[in-house]
Amino acid sequence: MNQVSAGVPGMDPGAALVRPRRGLADYLEIALPKVVLGPTLLCGLVFIYGFILWTAWLSFTESRLLPRYDFAGALQYIALFANERWWTALKNLAIFGSLFIGVCLALGLLLAILLDQRIRAEGFLRAVYLYPMALSFIVTGTAWKWILNPGLGLQHLMRQWGFENFTFEWIVTPGMSIYAVVIAGAWQSTGFVMALFLAGLRGVDDAIIKAAQVDGASATRIYTSIIVPSLRPVFFSSLIILAHIAIKSFDLVMALTGGGPGFSSDLPATFMYIFAFNRNQIGLGAASAMMMLMTVVAIIVPMVYSETRRHRRA
Amino acid sequence: MSGWERTQTAGSQRVGRLIVYTLLIVFALYYLMPLFVMVATSLKSLDEIRAGNLLALPRAITLEAWAKAWASACTGVDCDGLKGNFMNSVSFVVPAVVLSTLIGAFNGYVLTQWRFRGSDVMFTLLLVGCFIPFQVVLLPMAQTLGWLGIANSTTGLIFVHVVYGLAFTTLFFRNFYVSVPAELTKAARIDGAGFFTIFWRIILPLSPPIIVVCVIWQFTQIWNDFLFGVVFSSGERQPITVALNNLVNTSTGVKEYNVDMAAAIIAGLPTLFVYIVAGKYFLRGLTAGAVKG
Repeated sequence: MNQVSAGVPGMDPGAALVRPRRGLADYLEIALPKVVLGPTLLCGLVFIYGFILWTAWLSFTESRLLPRYDFAGALQYIALFANERWWTALKNLAIFGSLFIGVCLALGLLLAILLDQRIRAEGFLRAVYLYPMALSFIVTGTAWKWILNPGLGLQHLMRQWGFENFTFEWIVTPGMSIYAVVIAGAWQSTGFVMALFLAGLRGVDDAIIKAAQVDGASATRIYTSIIVPSLRPVFFSSLIILAHIAIKSFDLVMALTGGGPGFSSDLPATFMYIFAFNRNQIGLGAASAMMMLMTVVAIIVPMVYSETRRHRRA
Repeated sequence: MSGWERTQTAGSQRVGRLIVYTLLIVFALYYLMPLFVMVATSLKSLDEIRAGNLLALPRAITLEAWAKAWASACTGVDCDGLKGNFMNSVSFVVPAVVLSTLIGAFNGYVLTQWRFRGSDVMFTLLLVGCFIPFQVVLLPMAQTLGWLGIANSTTGLIFVHVVYGLAFTTLFFRNFYVSVPAELTKAARIDGAGFFTIFWRIILPLSPPIIVVCVIWQFTQIWNDFLFGVVFSSGERQPITVALNNLVNTSTGVKEYNVDMAAAIIAGLPTLFVYIVAGKYFLRGLTAGAVKG
């Protein structure tokens, strides 16, 4: 625009009397970004939001083996919450979720603090703690299923070493099988939390620490009062990601226990799969999937909201 | 962290270091133990497994279990080992990684250098795709794949993995390109360069770090996936993760633990290899989205 009026004396450069004609190239240039982004957005719209609505609709129908689309009220949800197996799955999710997140956070923080002490083999150790994340949960489940095998795994090993009465049969004990899943899951995911915390620790301002040292604060004091509080954003990120992994946990349970013994280590994700695809109860499966979505939304949205509000205030 | 050791006495400092190193080594052993157990067990014969224990080194190394896992183990109906499933995985993982990375790069480029009204809102909406539990799209997708005629096929798996990987790849590239100064693009536009020219000449040469991160992340996610594999494929078309699960969890006859372990290692080897070779970039990929945002 400026090119047009710049050469004319007395003319306001901003107010072009003659608008340069927009050629095809200009139109293309304006359209192209939208054209490029278009397919992705369409995918998102259809395959994420559209499908969520579709599943929601299915959850309000009587669909069994084949989908039906006539509205049938909330009967699937009623059936869901009358289902003992669903309650077991929910209970297990609470147990697994809280322990998995708790152990990963605590252990991850501990390992990060330890690694932060200018260790000689830091790179190597970091790689060792993190490699489980490169594995599929199926591989992890297979390995730990073997390790926790009562007859030939850890229990057998301890007994061979002389601890005659050592029992570790969690994986085949209905009440304890979910804890076996916690062990395997925590083994896989702690390294990731450690990596996040390590990055966070390295980002702490040295000047503040030095000032505290000058004031005579001990190492523990420095950690608890300065460093750990400053890791709050990392806690938050880790919490969201771990919660997300916990709610989606399907592969690990399928490989480690198959949901068993019976259905004692079932989680909502395995419940959904079994009822929707094995038991030919599409409507019920859809209802359980919607419940999973609502759990994710109910946990993550408030967290994100409260953290962004915190940022805006600060 | 450098100077505060000076505030402690030499003695307590040494004890402190000792505790730190001991703990680190104990944990390292804890993390390496399953890997060791897998490898050791896969090299033993069944008799040795029954006679010995978890941590014992194999007395007579045998590769029988490996041969069986690769070529003759039973994964469901057919008993021709994991080699077919390994190839299945390769055949959909590679295209899916390439496509989702490519599209993600263009998306990130548009979202940061060619902003238009509503583009930021669109990005936030897309981000949701990273968070939804996939259970909520399984049923509709199964139906849709059937309608499109690509159910239980490599194309179907590629399609699914690209669609649901776009949120992540777009996030990676967008977070990376956001730090490319807008002046670069503006200057290039004034010089007459167009949309694709700028991408090819300016943006792409800056991109190797994030491309590596994205490719590694996507490769790991898609190769390791189980949910989409078990729902959207069956029988011969199954990816290696599903085949592994079938192999390990079918209880016909004698349980061959050594074969199970060999199979698990075969399934995990590609991503493990990528991790060992390019682990630094893997780490950067993990923290790219998380710490920043």
